[in-house]
Formats: sequence, C-alpha cells, structure tokens
Amino acid sequence: MQAQENHAKPSELSFQRADPSTLVVRVAGDWHLRSGMPSPLLVTRELDKSPKPKKVKFDGNQIEGWDTGLLTFLMGVADICQKRKIELDMSALPKGVGELIKLAETVPEKTGARLERDHSSFIETLGKATISYAQALDEFLTFLGQVTISFAKLAVGKARFRTVDLWVIIQDCGANAFGIVTLISFLVGVILAFMGAVQLQKFGAVIYIADLVGIAMARDMGGIMTAIIMAGRTGAAFAAQLGSMKVTQEIDALTTMGISPLEFLVVPRVTALFLMIPLLCVYADCVGVLGGAFVASTMLHVSFSAYFRETIHAISLTDIFGGIFKCTVYGIIVAVAGCLRGFQCGNSSSAVGDAATTAVVTSIVYIVVACGIFAFLFNTLGI
Amino acid sequence: MSTPSKPTASESSNQKALITVRDLTMAFGNFVVMHDLNFKINEHDIFIIMGGSGCGKSTLLRHMLGLIEPAKGEVLYGDFNFTKADPEQREAKLRQFGVLYQSGALWSSMTLAENVGLPLEEFTDLKPGEIREVASLKLALVGLKGFEDYYPSQISGGMQKRAGLARAIALDPEIVFFDEPSAGLDPISSRLLDDLILELRDNLGATAVVVSHELPSIFAIGNNSVFLDAETRTMTAYGDPKELLAHSTDHRVRTFLTRGEEEGQNPARNHG
Repeated sequence: MQAQENHAKPSELSFQRADPSTLVVRVAGDWHLRSGMPSPLLVTRELDKSPKPKKVKFDGNQIEGWDTGLLTFLMGVADICQKRKIELDMSALPKGVGELIKLAETVPEKTGARLERDHSSFIETLGKATISYAQALDEFLTFLGQVTISFAKLAVGKARFRTVDLWVIIQDCGANAFGIVTLISFLVGVILAFMGAVQLQKFGAVIYIADLVGIAMARDMGGIMTAIIMAGRTGAAFAAQLGSMKVTQEIDALTTMGISPLEFLVVPRVTALFLMIPLLCVYADCVGVLGGAFVASTMLHVSFSAYFRETIHAISLTDIFGGIFKCTVYGIIVAVAGCLRGFQCGNSSSAVGDAATTAVVTSIVYIVVACGIFAFLFNTLGI
Repeated sequence: MSTPSKPTASESSNQKALITVRDLTMAFGNFVVMHDLNFKINEHDIFIIMGGSGCGKSTLLRHMLGLIEPAKGEVLYGDFNFTKADPEQREAKLRQFGVLYQSGALWSSMTLAENVGLPLEEFTDLKPGEIREVASLKLALVGLKGFEDYYPSQISGGMQKRAGLARAIALDPEIVFFDEPSAGLDPISSRLLDDLILELRDNLGATAVVVSHELPSIFAIGNNSVFLDAETRTMTAYGDPKELLAHSTDHRVRTFLTRGEEEGQNPARNHG
C-alpha cells in the first residue's frame, strides 16, 4: 500500500449528482485507519434523498494515502448498494483498491456458516440454566457410576493402570500437600480459639476452648478445610491434566489402543485421593488442636497439659471417625469432579482453564451439599 | 500379521474388502458434516481420505475408530460390524489397529520407551526386559534409536510423530490409521514418513488409511482414495489418486488435485 504522507489532509467525503440517477462519491485526503474515517451511513443518507440514484460512482483522484480504512468504508458502501440493488462503479479509485475488493468478494459467504446469536427472554434463560444444572447432576452421577464399574473391575483384577502412576499421584496429593494443610488448619484452630475466647472469658470458662476447638476440628472443620484445600489444589490439577490430555488427543490414543481412559487415568487418581485424604484429615485435626492450644497457652494462661487433658476428655472416637468418614466422601467428590471436568474439556487451551475452574466450583458445591446432608443425618441418628 | 505378503493393486474388485463404510452420515447435532459415504478399503491398500481443510476428513477417521458415533450408517471391518458392536468387542478390535494422531499424542508423562511399551505391557505376557527390547526395536525402525529415555517434550515435532508411529505399530497392527501425517513437517521429514508408511505396508503387510491434503504425499503413496467435498457435503470421487488426476471430470476434484493451477481456477491468483 502507499507510503504514509506526513502532511496529508484528513479524510474527506463529498457528494455530487452527475445526473439525477448517478451519485458521485468523492473521496479525498488521507484514508488511513488511525486518522479515523467517515461512516458508510453518510452514503445511506445521501441515497435516501430523492431523486433516488440508480448508480453510485466513486471519484478517488484526490486520495493522498489509504490503507484498510478505505477498504472497510468501500466494503460498507458496497454492502448497502448490493442490498438496494444499486450499480457500483469503482473504476476511478487507486489501483490496488479494486483488486483487493475483488479478492475479498471472490469467495461467496458460506450460507449457514455464520453463527446466529439467539435472543432469549429472561424466563427462557432461567429455564435453560435450571435444566443445565439438572443435566450437570445427571452427568456427575453417570460418571460416578462409570467410575464405580471401573473399581468393580479393579476389585476382580481386570482394571488396567500403571502402579507407578498411582505412587506419583499419591505423593502429589499426599505428602506434597502437607505444607498448605498445616498452615490452614493451624490458622483455623487459632481462629476458633479466638472466637470462643471472647464469649467463654466472660464466664471464666476459658478451659472449654479446648472442647470447642477439639470437637469442631474433629467433627467438621478439619475435614471440610482439607477437602476444600484438595479441591483447589488437586481437583484443579486433575482437571487440567486430563483436559490437556484431551486437547493433545492422548485420551483418544488410549481409547483406540483398547485401554479404557477411565481405568487408566481415573482409577489411580480416585484411589490416591481416597487413600490420602483421611490421613490428611487426621493431620489437620491435630494441627488445628495445636493452633487452639497455642492461643490458649500464650494469651489465655491455660497450660498445655491442661488443654490437652481437656481435649482428650472432650473428643470421642465417634467424633474422629465421623469426621474421617465425611472427609473421605469429600475426597471422592473432589477426585471424581476433577476427572469429570477434565474429560469434558473442549479442544482448546482456554478450555483447559475452564475445566480447572469448573472442577473447583463443582467440588466445593458438592462438598457443601454433602456436608449439609451429613449434618442432618448425624443429627437424626444422634451421632 | 508378521508374515510379509505382496501388496496387490486395489483394482482387482473381487478382492475381499477389509474395511467397508456403508451409508455413513456424520453430524454434530443438526449440522450434517458429510452424508452418504460409501467406500471399501482392500487389504494392503494405502487408502487416502482427501479433501480441503475443515471438510471432515479427521472426523471421518474418528468415526471409523468409534471415537464418534455415526448419525446414520455403519463401519464394517471384514464381516465385523464395528458400529453395532458392544464396547468390549470394539476394544478387542481396536487392539488390531494402530493410530498415529495429528500431533503424535504421546503420553507426556512417559518416556518414549514407556509409550511404545505400554500396549505391550497391557496386551502381551512379555517380561519388562523383553518389552524394553521390543520398544527399542520399534523406535529403531522409525529412526529413533537411542531416544528411549527421552520424554515427548524433549524431542522435536517430527520426532514425536515418528515416535507416535512406533507406538502405533507396537502390536504389529493389521491396519494403521494416519491423521495428517505430514502436517507441520518439513518436506524432507514428510517424505521420510511417507517412505516409512510404504515400508510398513510392504514389509509388515499392514493396510494404511491416511487422512491427508498433501498432494506430493497423496500421489507418492496412495493407491486408492476418497475425495470429500465440503460444498456438496459428500464424497465426489473414489479411486486411485493418479487415475483421478488423469481422468476425473469433477471440477472441484481437479482443482484440488492440481492446486487450482490448471486453467487458473483460483481467481485470487489472477492479479498477482
């Protein structure tokens, strides 16, 4: 295209009637994209004036510089003229412009290829969203069923996966998670102790902080916090790993080799989390109690030994095992949701990010729902 | 499968078809990609699925492998109805195939030897040492001797493809499917891969189904082909690509096979 001139005039557009049926559009000056350009609507307005022209002729003899800006304008005008069945004469435009326009029009628009944006009402959107939630639950349960079948195969020794993969995943979602679990559980213990202290100090019943922290950690908080950490850490990682394997066709490669991706990829992941999350849960309980003890001994003048004696007295084995059981269920939810979202991943790199996000959201939603159900059940059963 | 046998030309029509695609219609929801595909692939053919970008070549391959279910029609391997078979029968059938994916699709968490060794580990009774030896042999066949302990991310794209081929032929398959083998390869590497495909067919007695739009490679290796036309959304030519170039009367088939250089069919080139 032509060299840019420094002192070019801004783009100019003027109209003339050569005869009543011919509109001459004179384009002059600088027609570069960055200097801004007139809208093709100006031409529409001119076309609406009577007598209505049957032919549009461009006069571009005074154009000083042009780039895509001019082409965009001309294509806009050409579109309008085509709709109104008005003849277009582009012969007096700079050489190259006509060729480029011709090139752009060589391949006709593929019919049906353009995506339609559907305009739906609020009610319709709401309905569709509701249905999609129901479908999401259906997908989750179907996938859970398929995973169960794979585990049944594992039980009879027919499932295929590499033991070394299992060890690697166990290390990743077990030992490597210690740091973050330690930090979060300790802080949760500290926070619970502080919250309790405000009230219990009023009654001089500071020692009962040990009961409060101990029972809360063992029954619910330890498990929930561990599960949420694992959802953000491991669930997202599962979704991203399987998602990118989907994108690079590695999952197809397994399928066409006659190896079930469910057995090969999902079974070791669910197994690893199933084995590791109870251990992490017990560890989180202990660290949380330590956090409470730290607050009680440094700020509330309760001795360590008194605190631990009170804690042991307060917590029953039922509390601990109930907590571990719940946390194990959350762990399975996290693993299954992560793998499911990974398998559902679309075929692009941004889809991998979406898969990781939805995996975390799904996990946390189902964890909270499960927690509510457990609270009801445990209460009803008097545990 | 290991007995070498002479390749025979596809012209002998009384030969038993190894793969039959019957009335196949491929669709995503209501959008029909291709309809009424009917063709047969004979033993020892190098069968090319050709057509412009985005016309559904790879989709057809995925249908033949059962990764996507057809909207209508069926795929038969010999007398075995693959489309109607249950998952376990399919899995067993799939083990007789090798697939080379567009990007190689090597499992990124495993070394090349482990990638090639996995199918052997799963489907044979070989000991680990023997598996390693077989994997080395397969890698040597594709020119990757000494790369056993590399991870896929440590080697070039062309090498990944060749390693993918080594994995595809790990179990001496009857049929090897290639999804755009020369995509992203320089002309020399692409030529080497073509030679490998011919060697495989000649020496292992395998049949190859190749999705491709690379003309040099189509003419060099193909002895039978089907042309998928994006506009009419069905197949418009069927036969040896060299014959099609010589005798086809279909305008779009000719344009494709001559890169539009015959009679200047591509108006975009006129002014250049």
